[in-house]
Amino acid sequence: MYALGKIGGFCHLYIGEEAVAVGAVDALQPEDYVFSAYRDHGHCLARGSDPKRVMAELFGRATGLCKGKGGSMHLIDAERRFMGGYAIVGGHLPLAAGVAFAVQYRGGNEVVLCFLGEGAVPSGACHETLNLAALWRLPVLFVCENNRYGMGTPVERAVALYTDVSQNAAAYGIESGRVDGMDVLAVRQAVSKAADLVRGSRRPYFLEARTYRFLGHSMADPSHGHYRSKSEVDEAKKRDPLHLLKARLLAERQAVEADLKAIEQEAARAVQEAVEFAEASPALAESALEDDVYTREEGASWRDRGGRVQ
Amino acid sequence: MRLTYREALNQSLREEMRRDDRVFLIGEDVAYYQGAFKVSKGFLEEFGSRRIVDTPITELGFTGLAVGAAMAGLRPVVEVMTFNFAILALDQIVNNAAKIRYMSGGQLSVPLVIRGPGSAAHQLAAQHSQSLEAWFCHMPGLKAAGPATPHDAKGLLKSAVRDENPVIFIEAQLLYPTQGEVGEGDYTIPLGAAEVKRTGSDVTLIAYSKMLLVALEAAEALAREGIQAEVVDPRTLRPLDLPTLAASAKKTGKVVIVEEGWPFAGLGAQIAESLYGRVFDYLDGPIVRVTGRDVPMPYARNLEDAAIPDVERVVAAVRQVLYRK
Repeated sequence: MYALGKIGGFCHLYIGEEAVAVGAVDALQPEDYVFSAYRDHGHCLARGSDPKRVMAELFGRATGLCKGKGGSMHLIDAERRFMGGYAIVGGHLPLAAGVAFAVQYRGGNEVVLCFLGEGAVPSGACHETLNLAALWRLPVLFVCENNRYGMGTPVERAVALYTDVSQNAAAYGIESGRVDGMDVLAVRQAVSKAADLVRGSRRPYFLEARTYRFLGHSMADPSHGHYRSKSEVDEAKKRDPLHLLKARLLAERQAVEADLKAIEQEAARAVQEAVEFAEASPALAESALEDDVYTREEGASWRDRGGRVQ
Repeated sequence: MRLTYREALNQSLREEMRRDDRVFLIGEDVAYYQGAFKVSKGFLEEFGSRRIVDTPITELGFTGLAVGAAMAGLRPVVEVMTFNFAILALDQIVNNAAKIRYMSGGQLSVPLVIRGPGSAAHQLAAQHSQSLEAWFCHMPGLKAAGPATPHDAKGLLKSAVRDENPVIFIEAQLLYPTQGEVGEGDYTIPLGAAEVKRTGSDVTLIAYSKMLLVALEAAEALAREGIQAEVVDPRTLRPLDLPTLAASAKKTGKVVIVEEGWPFAGLGAQIAESLYGRVFDYLDGPIVRVTGRDVPMPYARNLEDAAIPDVERVVAAVRQVLYRK
């Protein structure tokens, strides 16, 4: 769809990292909150958003989750407490802490799960948030998807404590752990345990999930090139999280080939339906361009900004 | 009742916090220290540490946290010790607070107030003396207010707290001790409503925040020369109440805009452009701006005085638009 020009702008695919979103989100309760960065398609779908509305958002249509105003990097589904979708590296971490603050303020029991890349770990926003979360015992569960590259810069050249990025959280007294991000069941188990801990102790937790991005940083980039070799990518693909799960299900006789085929067909059908829905959906009328800048009842006053540019 | 600007803010926020449990105050030294400028005096005692939240010196972190809390339905009031430090939180203000409603297609909103003193005080030098309101007014999604009097400060802050959108609320260190009559009881002043502070027929002076006091003093001096200046205070800087400003400009045909900020791409340039678009045919000559000088604020008293608009410069500007020597 991207190659066909149906989807525009930056588009960061999640292929290779699926086990993290699927395992982590499956361990949450419906009332829990989820934050993501710009590589957010997987998290949004895992949270249960309608693939049709996600595709329509990517197509920039009125039926999209955000009426086509957000796009690939800003998928938001408030009804499912999927809070977005943020494209300034590290910039969404304080927001997640803020939602956790609101939970604490109200005496609620929800957990806020905040996905971040390892590339966000050295940011000031990350460190300020870790400090506040630890200081005020906020119920945030940070899930760091360490896919080893911040665009083209490997973690060894970006994070001082690259052998164990969770030490950055440990420095603030935040309990942490690590999980194989290619193993969906392991992720689910780790996040489930961590979420229980956060819910029970009302303290943050930092989980590092080691994973790998099979494609380029965005659609504009090749999967390999100057910054990483083809053989490295091929090696990582041997641990494709989908294949690992398949092999395990077959080996443990929890499924037969036909079951898996059926699931694949179902997924293909869902994608097809989503594309058809998006194709058939109208674009948002230009008359709605200025809606949603301010709350509706404010429309009258802010529109009156004068000048010749009316 | 007669109150200082500081007391009016205190009263306003106190009443809003009593009215709505979702409102909380967060910032550096707002609780135990009672605010760097004592705006939150007595708050910790009345509301407790759940609602009066001292932070570490991390503007990005706690401002972003407040944005998140607003997204989840609370109504945070962030106190920045001064707006100079809000620059550290600019990504959170610009990319999150201002845009989340739009990016989400209206699903989420950010009812948030960011308040504290802007502009220069006395000899605080370049990093602690600047008027950044033009930056915030540039952003769709934000509202901005800069009240000059205790009465306006109280009423506008209430409106800001009750607003569903993020509001940048710019006070001034030198205004905190100033006194004025403040209305009784629970009144609000709507965001986006200017006020004519002094009527006159010869020239319109547009000024906000601290500069309103300079403009009023200039009007007084001009009156002694027989020049009747009308002084209009926008009070809210975005949305700007252009109908009120334009009505005065149309009436007098001459406009002087007084602002403490830098001249280039300053707020006065926008006000002038907007007025030209509306009342060009009624103007007798070009609008003149009196602004801060185009330099980082110097420390030395004489240089600082030279960098900030004063009565003399306003009077000179009025003579210029009136073609008088």
